Amino acid sequence: MKISALLAAGVAVTPAIAAAQSVTITIPQMKVSEYHKPYVAVWLEPAAGGKARTLAVWYDIKKGGAEPGTKWLADLRTWWRKGGRSLNMPADGVSGATRAPGSYRIPLPANLAPGAYTLHVEAAREDGGRELVSVPLTIPAPKGRAAGKTELGAVTIAAR
Amino acid sequence: MIRKTVLLAAAFGMATSAAAHNAWLLPSNTVLSDLGQSVTVDAGASTAPFEADHAALPAATVKVWAPDGTMGTIENAARLRYRSTFDVRVDKPGTWRIGMENRAVTGSFTLEGEKWTVGRRRGPAPAPGAPVRNIATVDELPEGATDLDLTEVLGRNEFFVTAGEPTETLFATTGKGLEFVPVTFPTDLVADEPAQFRFMVDGKAAAGLEVEIIPGGRRYRSDHQSIKLATDADGLLTVNWPGAGFYWLNATLTDAKAAHPGAAKRRMSYTATLEVLAP
Repeated sequence: MKISALLAAGVAVTPAIAAAQSVTITIPQMKVSEYHKPYVAVWLEPAAGGKARTLAVWYDIKKGGAEPGTKWLADLRTWWRKGGRSLNMPADGVSGATRAPGSYRIPLPANLAPGAYTLHVEAAREDGGRELVSVPLTIPAPKGRAAGKTELGAVTIAAR
Repeated sequence: MIRKTVLLAAAFGMATSAAAHNAWLLPSNTVLSDLGQSVTVDAGASTAPFEADHAALPAATVKVWAPDGTMGTIENAARLRYRSTFDVRVDKPGTWRIGMENRAVTGSFTLEGEKWTVGRRRGPAPAPGAPVRNIATVDELPEGATDLDLTEVLGRNEFFVTAGEPTETLFATTGKGLEFVPVTFPTDLVADEPAQFRFMVDGKAAAGLEVEIIPGGRRYRSDHQSIKLATDADGLLTVNWPGAGFYWLNATLTDAKAAHPGAAKRRMSYTATLEVLAP
């Protein structure tokens, strides 16, 4: 029941036109006494090198004051170095609030040039760990699957 | 075989501890994703870098070069017994250089048959009532001074902080003395990626320059694990990091090209604290 509701929410924010190709990422449930939803970044890098393109970044967008939510974006250390730091937050269509455990579908951009890419998903959690999952893919016809061990569950790229 | 190694290691350890107390700066962070934060810095001198067990460095000599070329300030400075601490408010985007510059002439000369020293006096305090034959700076060199043995000393000890995107404005070379020119950006260091830095002397490649790199956390291992490297013909240094953490990098070069007319030698030293992130 809960899972289908989350999936429905994920689908609802997916523009119909780009829904043809998407990546689904899973934030696993944690059995810990102090849980904070992780910061997550999803980005694409051309396999031959080149500029990273951020597809999504989820952080504490509401926290202000002396230690705003943006203070901890650098904890997504690989994403920060590869492209995060060149984005202005909040970034339209890219940044959003942190997500609770569950599966989320993110559309792949429709205007990607054909070629080989690597999709990266990085998660960092307060009082928790940090994990990076990378999946190679080819445009057009992206397909791939990988899974994290601690902070991330399955990462699936599919044409649907 | 084992015994020989142990003896060698012991000799090396002694030599190092007798040689010098290394000055170090240790920032709390080097990569920031939000303006309005501060970096808290420790400054000390000890045998093993970053281990506050010997002497504090005066924070008053620390300079802050902001990414736009203006000079920043330090805040909340305090001198503790074994280290000083201070804050730098990182309120502008880009790459900051924070550290100390040292430029002096030291050495000795003879005046009326007595030996005098120039620069900060070292060694044990003179006996009460004994004459102090020392001048603070070479500008006070008296007439009639002979047997000049003066060395021009140029030193820099610094670290880098980047808020947002890195900027290269502060790495423009001056063509004077020993200079550090990043090829790999010094706030973009990752344990599984080799880093390259170029060293220049008076604007020319410093070929064959010996560079020592010491990983922090010396206390928790039995040997120095210091990395001794040399620059190639183009002054390029390639470093393969053994792991993530803070590293203390130092290069020293002595030549005869002192700018001061009285000094026969020039001793240049460059020190940087570098943070290497986990992959």
